[in-house]
Amino acid sequence: MITLTVVAALLATLPLVFILALLLKQGASSLNWAFFTNMPKPVGETGGGMANAMMGTVMLIGVASVIGLPVGIGAGLYLAEHRGARFASVVRFLSDVLNGLPSIVIGIFAWQFLVRPVKQFSALAGGIALGVMMIPLVTRATEEMIRLVPDALREAALALGYPRWRTSLTIVLRTALPGIVTAALVAVARIAGETAPLLFTAFGNQFWSTSFMHPISALPLQIFSYAISPYDEWHALAWAGALVLLALVLVISLVARFVTRSKFGAGHD
Amino acid sequence: MTEPRAAAPTFRVATNLTAGSAAATATPSIVSVKSLDAYFGATRAVRDATLDFPEGQVTAIIGPSGCGKSTLLRTLNRMHETVPTARVEGEVLLEGKDIYERSVNPIEVRKRIGMVFQRPTPFPTMSIRDNVVAGFRAAGRSAPPRAEQFEIAEWALRRAALWDEVRDRLDESATALSGGQQQRLCIARALATRPRVLLLDEPTASLDPRSTQKVEELVYELRGDVTVVIVTHNMQQAARVSDRTAFMLLGELVEVAPTSRLFTSPSDERTEAYITGRFG
Repeated sequence: MITLTVVAALLATLPLVFILALLLKQGASSLNWAFFTNMPKPVGETGGGMANAMMGTVMLIGVASVIGLPVGIGAGLYLAEHRGARFASVVRFLSDVLNGLPSIVIGIFAWQFLVRPVKQFSALAGGIALGVMMIPLVTRATEEMIRLVPDALREAALALGYPRWRTSLTIVLRTALPGIVTAALVAVARIAGETAPLLFTAFGNQFWSTSFMHPISALPLQIFSYAISPYDEWHALAWAGALVLLALVLVISLVARFVTRSKFGAGHD
Repeated sequence: MTEPRAAAPTFRVATNLTAGSAAATATPSIVSVKSLDAYFGATRAVRDATLDFPEGQVTAIIGPSGCGKSTLLRTLNRMHETVPTARVEGEVLLEGKDIYERSVNPIEVRKRIGMVFQRPTPFPTMSIRDNVVAGFRAAGRSAPPRAEQFEIAEWALRRAALWDEVRDRLDESATALSGGQQQRLCIARALATRPRVLLLDEPTASLDPRSTQKVEELVYELRGDVTVVIVTHNMQQAARVSDRTAFMLLGELVEVAPTSRLFTSPSDERTEAYITGRFG
């Protein structure tokens, strides 16, 4: 029995090892400084990078975080502090449904309401689509983290004369903060690689753009368009892009772990 | 002592109270509970309690588990109502004014009455010093300047007999302290805003004997300056630290008397049964 679980545990980590090995083999050779600083080059020219796609990913994550973090943390705080309320269980259920929704559906939704009316693909629409994806992730994780805060701390703050809202913000939320930061980072890592919601919102862009109102490139979009192209040089760049994306997620996850271990951690006792 | 609802069970209480308040004529009551009922939903956890807490004295509330002693304590600073479905009927006079009057803000009541719980509750994200002055952060209280807060922190930590143990690490996390130190830190935190009443809800229940002794000595030293109400399931503790003791059973306040009298010649047979160890 133990042997079986050990095997299962090994199998669980195997895909990541394989993916990392493959990406290193295929992508590392195309990875150089120019990859980060140069713009894409036309077919036939050597070199060329994904600077625009990286800028696009940063901007999309920015927009998504502006929407996803405050809404998600606020909703999570509500769910944790009013766990018994009927409205809370409705919100919790809908949040789980939204979390399970295929990301392409969120993309279509964003296209219908944000792209179609203005007849313009935009970074904003893409960021909002990703932000909507972030909301349930952050909501549920925040709720879990806040539930770990002992009730006794709430009581102690109330007994000192803290109003409820101040207790929630300065004691409960503050105590749960390292966990919430971790959850936020994990959510960012999760959406950083999303492609489907961006296909008909951010759309992609071969040129440098920092406008929220225009189509913009993103790492996953660029990987997608290079990977389905017939050119070997572009395939190599797609591998390199995938490696960068994986490294990004890895770094964010490591930062998340570091935050959890900080001195004034969420762990009480 | 008016007791309009002098039903048979409460009559004995009333007689004892008369005796008790006669003994306490020199020390007026700072908190008076009058015909108080406390509910959780439909369950009445405290039934028609009436008693006085003389200023500067230590009053212990004893009784078996689930008798309503913690609930009674929590009605004194309006913490009872923070639990969903909990409510209170009757009056609690703090310095003559009913804290359950419609116009009274429970937050103001809690600021004037300190409270310490069964398990130590230092705020884990705050340093030791910030924990002590945390009460000043509550809204509406004009916080004294930082330098003055430091002085207050020292005063409160000295008062709680913790200063010598933490003076060199005031900026460290409070969670690094031992359980007993954490509990004394919580007492310092409750004392920092200079409340006239301090409520202790089984403050030594989670402490080892050595720490328990320190907390008891502390309570003993606070008398005179602060009115202390201490809930305990430990009769020896009540006998050691309190001036007056109240005995509760099944939500009913059976008897209130000077501690020495309650433990030597209780007037109610249920009190006698409890203190001689026949149940509870």
